[in-house]
Amino acid sequence: MSLDVSLQTDPGVLSDDPVMEARRQIEICNACRYCEGYCSVFPAITREKVFADGDITQLANLCHNCRGCYYACQYTAPHEFDLNLPRALASARAESWERLAWPGGIAKVFQARGEAVAAALVAGFAVMFALIAALPGEGEGFYAWLSHGAMVAIFTPAFLLPLAAIGVSLRAYWREVGGTRLTLADWREALDAAGRMKNLSGGQAGGCNYEKGERYSLARRHAHQAVFWGFLLCFASTSAGTVLHYVFDAKAPYGFFSLPKLLGVPGGILLTVGCAGLLMLRKQADPELGTPGRASGERAFVWLLGFVGLSGLVLYAVRGTGLTGPLLALHLGAVLTFFLLAPYSKMAHGFYRLAALLREAQDKRVRNG
Amino acid sequence: MTDAKTLSAETWDVVVVGGGNAGLCAAIEAAETGARVVILEGAPKVYRGGNSRHTRNFRCMHHGPLGPLIDTYDEEEFWQDLLRVTKGETDESLARHVIRQSAECLPWMEAHGVRFQKSLSGTLSLDRTNAFFLGGGKALVNAYYLTAQDLGVTVAYEATVKHVGIDAAKATHLEVDLAGETVTVKGRAFVLASGGFQSDLDWLARAWGPAAKNFLIRGTPYNRGLVLKDMLDHGAETVGDPTQCHAVAIDGRAPKYDGGIVTRLDCVPFSIVVNKDGDRFYDEGEDVWPKRYAIWGRLVAAQPDQVAYSIIDSRSIDLFMPSVYPPVTADTIPGLAQQLGLPGPKLQQTIEAFNAACRPGTFHPQELDGVATEGITPPKTNWARPIAEPPFYAYELRPGVTFTYLGLKVDLKARTTGPQGQYDNIWSAGEMMAGSILGQGYLAGFGMTIGTVFGRIAGQEAAAHVA
Ligand SMILES: Cc1cc2nc3c(=O)[nH]c(=O)nc-3n(C[C@H](O)[C@H](O)[C@H](O)COP(=O)(O)OP(=O)(O)OC[C@H]3O[C@@H](n4cnc5c(N)ncnc54)[C@H](O)[C@@H]3O)c2cc1C
Ligand code: HEM
Ligand code: SF4
Ligand code: SF4
Repeated sequence: MSLDVSLQTDPGVLSDDPVMEARRQIEICNACRYCEGYCSVFPAITREKVFADGDITQLANLCHNCRGCYYACQYTAPHEFDLNLPRALASARAESWERLAWPGGIAKVFQARGEAVAAALVAGFAVMFALIAALPGEGEGFYAWLSHGAMVAIFTPAFLLPLAAIGVSLRAYWREVGGTRLTLADWREALDAAGRMKNLSGGQAGGCNYEKGERYSLARRHAHQAVFWGFLLCFASTSAGTVLHYVFDAKAPYGFFSLPKLLGVPGGILLTVGCAGLLMLRKQADPELGTPGRASGERAFVWLLGFVGLSGLVLYAVRGTGLTGPLLALHLGAVLTFFLLAPYSKMAHGFYRLAALLREAQDKRVRNG
Repeated sequence: MTDAKTLSAETWDVVVVGGGNAGLCAAIEAAETGARVVILEGAPKVYRGGNSRHTRNFRCMHHGPLGPLIDTYDEEEFWQDLLRVTKGETDESLARHVIRQSAECLPWMEAHGVRFQKSLSGTLSLDRTNAFFLGGGKALVNAYYLTAQDLGVTVAYEATVKHVGIDAAKATHLEVDLAGETVTVKGRAFVLASGGFQSDLDWLARAWGPAAKNFLIRGTPYNRGLVLKDMLDHGAETVGDPTQCHAVAIDGRAPKYDGGIVTRLDCVPFSIVVNKDGDRFYDEGEDVWPKRYAIWGRLVAAQPDQVAYSIIDSRSIDLFMPSVYPPVTADTIPGLAQQLGLPGPKLQQTIEAFNAACRPGTFHPQELDGVATEGITPPKTNWARPIAEPPFYAYELRPGVTFTYLGLKVDLKARTTGPQGQYDNIWSAGEMMAGSILGQGYLAGFGMTIGTVFGRIAGQEAAAHVA
């Protein structure tokens, strides 16, 4: 088949449509390629000559917003090509999350508006306070405030329903980007890239360009690693608790030298410190290179996540005191909100980005043999 | 922003004119000796770095693997490569000096913030000879500005040097236009590194002829040769043909200035190229494109209105990296001619004559396949395949100027020479003196090598002079 050049855009004609604009900039990059060494996006670009909508979605989600390609670009404004690839891809990425989420309208609200996230959080607190007040407690520790049965009844659906919604979106994503059956090698490569946050490393540059402009720095990568691994440790802690409860019939509260605490305390600290770090770095970074119109929603997401970590730690610190009840309501309220918003807030990024890394591993394997 | 007061308050040890690769290398070397250094850069901050910001690699001699470079590229091979492209228009002692010094430039560059990467995709043939900058030349320029800043170098943007004040053989001061205000900047040593004159279209037109007004300038609009002109007026000795510039054929729709690398067009070998009268004028299939794009710059420059059109059919559209500009597309040749503003019947006739002259053969896009025309002038000696399968596509071609050859004559120490012998305290580096080494043609990556080697020398010598 001959090449469909009708997909090509005029490099001098800027577009308000995020996909069209990302396509325009990607085509310029494909003719230039100077930034090839920064991340996985450019090698993926060079595998194509023209870009269908699905290609743009994939490239947008593969981009980690490290910003190396902005500071290195010879075509940034006031040049008529007006390159700002980090922003163009962020815009197309946010657009793809809002389009693929179900229901899409909610995602638009929570991606963009911090007030909406805050309102949801207050609602989460209120629900938990009301439940604790209304339902009888049982047993020791925080089960004295809210019974294990009640927690399971609330959090099982609050965890599984959003996960199902994300699953539906990811299927749509996979179809849109032309994904096929994954191999073990694809998973290995993608998990390695995510676990080490390779695309925030700047390649040979040894860092990305976030809080220090054109200077390379590893601060954001390290802060994200703290959040990422902290979150996974917290998750592992909860899972360990569940296993202890059901399999070993060992009930909470657990002592410090138990699996849930040994995972949860460091996890909570990493999560809290990491989120604080990300918020601080965010303040110094140039908002013009981030997602247009979503800053408030993004910031609120980091606050929410950080609050989950912090309230968990405080809850542990005040154990055995009268503060346990109110703090339990705050912590569980935040966790509830976080779970329910996962498909519609910035939290979606982890899922889509993992999918993009998987697709990239797969495409590279198939095309490069 | 550095203000007029700061600039005129002191007599600087070393004043560097031009903040591109050569000027930055000089400033860094000088500042590392402890000298008080100022860089006067004509462009605003966003456009600092001249043509250097458009580069992607530099050519480097090496014995055994070095950084991103593989195998060995020794002095002799490097020299032979240079001799071939310049057809002998080079100064052997200066050239060999650059070649020898290039090896130690790579680690120096890394130590001063430049990062390298493997050869870019599509340029694998250069992975032995050329080291590619991660992020390209602008990332390199950024790294050097940061290093200079850390070393305490003062930088003034929008500081256009208009005149070099010279007393006998000694420069005393510069007259500088600082965002509209005239400032006198005094110094003990001066490094001139403000590039060629290719962005001054009037000068280009005086040198080349009026056709030059239609040329596109691939790099910065700020290299207007102001300082070069002033030095010529002082009677400084020059090298390089004052009428010549390096030009390649690029997409005719490129911006007038600063289009850089993305405006290149790779379709010519698979096409026929006609001028605005609809006539072919040269063998499109003479050789592979990387060996011919510079020749085509001159060929197109010689056509009426300095424009040409490269035409292919649907069978060839996937054979090359598409231009960043979408092709003009039509299902018929007259339709194509109409969109291009070409005489339709004439274009039809040219294509029919070409098609009739094509002979059967096995078409191989990746090599010289010898599939040639018979009985037409000019012939097409490779990849001659009829333009017959719609849709038809066309790309406009225009000459894109890379740099000019005229420059200041320097010695091995980068020192310039005036009417009464060597100047006491004026050195030059980069494009501004490259004409003595690259008198003709171009060797990929050699501009940055010259700038780095001579920029460093100029900085060291200037600092030694004031020490
Ligand atoms: C599109 C393109 C791609 C290229 N790619 C490569 C490549 O990959 N590898 C390679 O080796 N070479 C390449 N070259 C050639 C290379 O750009 C030059 O050889 C090199 O950049 C010259 O460096 P320089 O410091 O002498 O000049 P420049 O980098 O042009 O710097 C000159 C500086 O002087 C300033 N200036 C000018 N006039 C004044 C004034 N009156 N007062 C104050 N400041 C002034 C300018 O603003 C500019 O910043 C390329 C050129 C172009 C156009
Ligand atoms: C596949 C796994 C993941 C990848 C590849 C990934 C990637 C990224 C990237 C590239 C960024 C910075 C760019 C941007 O703001 O969009 C980011 C931001 C962030 N990530 Fe992740 N992430 C992953 C999983 C997670 C997880 C599990 C968490 C914790 C729940 C998390 C929390 C955050 C936070 C808090 C931010 C900062 C948001 C902001 O400043 O706007 N990420 N992530
Ligand atoms: S961001 Fe700019 S410099 Fe980098 S590849 Fe794209 S066009 Fe080239
Ligand atoms: S912002 Fe970073 S990750 Fe995104 S395309 Fe640019 S270099 Fe790659």
